[in-house]
Amino acid sequence: MASANTFEEFTQQEYKYGFVTDIEADTVPPGLNEDVIRLISTKKNEPEWLLKWRLRAYRKWLTMEEPTWHNVHYPPINYQDIIYYSAPKPKKVLQSLDEVDPELLSTFEKLGISLDEQKRLTGVAVDAVFDSVSVATTFKEKLSELGIIFCSFSEAVQNHPELVRQYLGSVVPYTDNYFAALNSAVFSDGSFCYIPKGVRCPMELSTYFRINAENTGQFERTLLIADEGGYVSYLEGCTAPMRDENQLHAAVVELVALNHAQIKYSTVQNWYPGDKDGVGGIYNFVTKRGKCAGEGSKISWTQVETGSAITWKYPSCILQGDNSVGEFYSVAVVNNMQQADTGTKMIHVGKNTKSTIVSKGISAGRGQNTYRGLVKVLKNAEGARNFSQCDSLLIGDRCGAHTFPYIEVRNNTATVEHEASTSKIGEDQVFYCNQRGLSTEDAVNMIVNGFCKEVFRELPMEFAVEAQKLLGISLEGSVG
Amino acid sequence: MLEIKNLHAKIDNNEILKGVNLRINKGEVHAIMGPNGSGKSTLANILAGREGYEITEGEVFYNGENLLELSPEERAWRGIFLAFQYPIEIPGVSNTYFLKTALNSIRKYREEPPLDALDFLALVKEKARLVELDQTLMNRPVNDGFSGGEKKRNEIFQMAVLSPQLGILDETDSGLDIDALRIVANGVNALRSPERSFIVVTHYQRLLNYIVPDYVHVLVDGRIVMSGEKDLAFQLEEKGYSWVENQDALV
Repeated sequence: MASANTFEEFTQQEYKYGFVTDIEADTVPPGLNEDVIRLISTKKNEPEWLLKWRLRAYRKWLTMEEPTWHNVHYPPINYQDIIYYSAPKPKKVLQSLDEVDPELLSTFEKLGISLDEQKRLTGVAVDAVFDSVSVATTFKEKLSELGIIFCSFSEAVQNHPELVRQYLGSVVPYTDNYFAALNSAVFSDGSFCYIPKGVRCPMELSTYFRINAENTGQFERTLLIADEGGYVSYLEGCTAPMRDENQLHAAVVELVALNHAQIKYSTVQNWYPGDKDGVGGIYNFVTKRGKCAGEGSKISWTQVETGSAITWKYPSCILQGDNSVGEFYSVAVVNNMQQADTGTKMIHVGKNTKSTIVSKGISAGRGQNTYRGLVKVLKNAEGARNFSQCDSLLIGDRCGAHTFPYIEVRNNTATVEHEASTSKIGEDQVFYCNQRGLSTEDAVNMIVNGFCKEVFRELPMEFAVEAQKLLGISLEGSVG
Repeated sequence: MLEIKNLHAKIDNNEILKGVNLRINKGEVHAIMGPNGSGKSTLANILAGREGYEITEGEVFYNGENLLELSPEERAWRGIFLAFQYPIEIPGVSNTYFLKTALNSIRKYREEPPLDALDFLALVKEKARLVELDQTLMNRPVNDGFSGGEKKRNEIFQMAVLSPQLGILDETDSGLDIDALRIVANGVNALRSPERSFIVVTHYQRLLNYIVPDYVHVLVDGRIVMSGEKDLAFQLEEKGYSWVENQDALV
């Protein structure tokens, strides 16, 4: 039938961020051993304690096995073929944005990320990370007037070592899992943010990650602390060039919310997904976790995952403080040969803790989408409450949706609710829209956006608009 | 305005339409009646451009254009509207947003500027009155959780807003109680004009008490076996479809 063809055409759109920036890079040879880790640490002029921590992580990693419990399939990764450090070569020490290599600035301009504060209409401060290092952070001075620290991870290590030392690994210890251990050993840069007591961050903070160099792994580390009563909304975006080889991205994000602090963390992940036959694309193996350490604190994860050949991530909340709140809102899209195994963990430790999970999985082409979530209520979590909703939308008949909810409750005052649904974009729905004058493309966009509405409304306004567009592009050519 | 010539159509290798001929002029209301499985809904769906039918023979012209070469949305832009027998639900998409997008794509084809939110709301308010549609339904997702009657009223409401040249009602009366039927019919009657034509597909004569057609055609086994004026509907009601089938056998 003809509609299958138009659906197919609709989901086959080229990845538009696939260009490569030609820039001289400082790169270490491929392979991993203690010397490489020492070299990274030396290049970054790190204190001794941090090097030791990296080495402990590396030794732990050597004893660990790559996980196989997930519902994704890929050929074995040779960790000795990967380059663990690559940085655009600076001409000299940068004093201001004017001295950043224009090639780099134009790369970010092309991605729609202006690093020029004057040109930014909206109040979003950006930390731009190119391959392994942060190249620029905007609005630093304005933020520092409020005592907010927003800088690259490397700078934080130099300028705020006490904060880094106190919190690094406090939410995701290097022993946590295989990829977290690897990241702890070799992480190169990332973003750091500290919101002081009682400060409400007046603008969105944003980190933009770009992988450029070939055969390079990207291992960034983000650490975000909101002190008592602090508030921050943080955005994260990612893209990569189109390459035939798979590239590994193993990041760690740690969030700490103290008493009555709130962190809202939003991600639009658009790493290169590979081509329609599954050649190339990013392996996105990420550990993200937040600790609601303080009473009445709140951490909210919102993610829109459209990119990567494989996505493996479970942004989680440890609800330690009494009356703390964890939220997870997710849209995960797989098209063509993409695979995603994503979800969350809500660990209720404190009393009257509350969590909400809303997961929307969209599968198209031959994509496989898995929701995997854990709701765990510990013995002392009196009055804990969870609500989970997992909906899957199938486009075509060659894709798959899988749901693995795990629930462990050790306190009988807990309330745990789980709802799930699976539906298919029907030809009937598309025809109905067509008959009212909408093109197939608009119809699918509308149906899919309707499906994701509960998640999109959690995103900051401009991100929500971007996410809707991205969803349209990701699904182009897929409907069947 | 619409001319169907010797239309033959198959679905899954079953021939459903076996040579339909029909000519509709501007401003006319044609009722198509027939027993279950006679091909009434197939005809309505083919005119609207639904996939899945194989046209093996015949032609359809709409304002001089070959209709069968147009996609469903191109037909909608040119003023063809199908009121669905089973209106489709679109969760998460508000009725207002859906209809505004639809209207503006049609306006774009007509090279008219898109309606802004205020003008659109004024239009919607006016048209909602036609079918006594509850305003709260406007903000709910399209047909999601609507009762059967609300769905049918919503179809006629959409038709009123989109203001087509040819409205095709596919068993709009099915599943409606007498009050809802009257409301829906009043809505349709209010839209009748010398510029607008209707095809009313129905199994029962009942609807035609309210929407009085100019012509009645009886479709049996994929062919129009009898045509007449509105009185034909009453004869059918009285004598049943078997009467026509027997007549057919005589021919």
